[in-house]
Amino acid sequence: MHMSHDTALGINLLHANQEGAAHNQAHLDEWGITCFNVMSSPGAGKTALLEKTLVALHDSLQIAVIEGDMTTELDADRLRQSGVPVIAINTGRACHLDARMVAGGLHRLQQDYDPARFDLVFVENVGNLVCPAEFEVGEHAKVALLSITEGEDKPLKYPIMFREADCLLITKIDLAPYLDVDLNQIEANIRQINPTVTIIPVSVKTGAGLEHWYEWVKANLHHDRPSSTPDPISPALAQF
Amino acid sequence: MHETDMTKALIITIRDWWESQPKRPKITKVHLIVGQFTCVEPVSLQFAFDTQIRQTFLDGATLVIQETPLIAFCHPCQQEYHPEIGMQYACPNCRSPLEDIRSGRELKIDRIEWEEQPICT
Repeated sequence: MHMSHDTALGINLLHANQEGAAHNQAHLDEWGITCFNVMSSPGAGKTALLEKTLVALHDSLQIAVIEGDMTTELDADRLRQSGVPVIAINTGRACHLDARMVAGGLHRLQQDYDPARFDLVFVENVGNLVCPAEFEVGEHAKVALLSITEGEDKPLKYPIMFREADCLLITKIDLAPYLDVDLNQIEANIRQINPTVTIIPVSVKTGAGLEHWYEWVKANLHHDRPSSTPDPISPALAQF
Repeated sequence: MHETDMTKALIITIRDWWESQPKRPKITKVHLIVGQFTCVEPVSLQFAFDTQIRQTFLDGATLVIQETPLIAFCHPCQQEYHPEIGMQYACPNCRSPLEDIRSGRELKIDRIEWEEQPICT
């Protein structure tokens, strides 16, 4: 006869991922690297934004990119034009990056470069407004993009992403004159869900608003430099 | 369908617990609490779970999902309210934005039912 038992766990369903994210962040902190997780739907302009940002901040910051894409390295190749180290992660069928995948990226960063020389790592997530919001990767802040062509209702329909974001860029504002879209309504819908998020309207094409974005990046860097040499990320952990 | 990945994450979390148990018990039921203000669709999660546990340590286990509603607390009004997901998140009374979420963000493994494995010699 089998004895039945009932054990209360009360742990998060994504506990294993959160532990991995905390591990990633511990390494980033030891190396003195700030990490921003950049998320949006496909085509909102994450790669275009990073292309501009990498060039604009090149003189003041040491930056690397961990680039998640489902099958190709097209985005990674675009970003490599800037001369910045880009580590491509093909997520296969997974529609988001998780902590384990980013640990693999950090491991490669450590193998190929001196990680302590970097100030900032952008993680460009897979284009998707739903899942990336629930999977932490060790980032210090979440940056979400919403292009005005997506419509005013998207923050209401995909609230988790907008709730979780620390910085929200409304992109492609140069197209506003051609669209029946109300920028104020977009902002109001975002504010309903997240009253404290920093909202920055930008156009990568014209450069409008980008200075504010660069200021936000610089203001949100963690300035602590590493005080000791951290243990290397073990390949085993990178693959847990 | 991102519930496939969500389920993978869930199974890894349960496996971590299972491997920490000295006797590696047979898990019969996994009770989840899933908030309505998460990216998880319970039906898809159930389907993905049933598919993914075949021939694993969880084979034969049942997933029981309890959903919790989205409940927010409005500070100016000092009362709880139920935001309408997809429509309206601000307080219906005073239009203050969604600040404190009291319920609805849960993604929790509440408890696990298990039996001791028969000892094979």
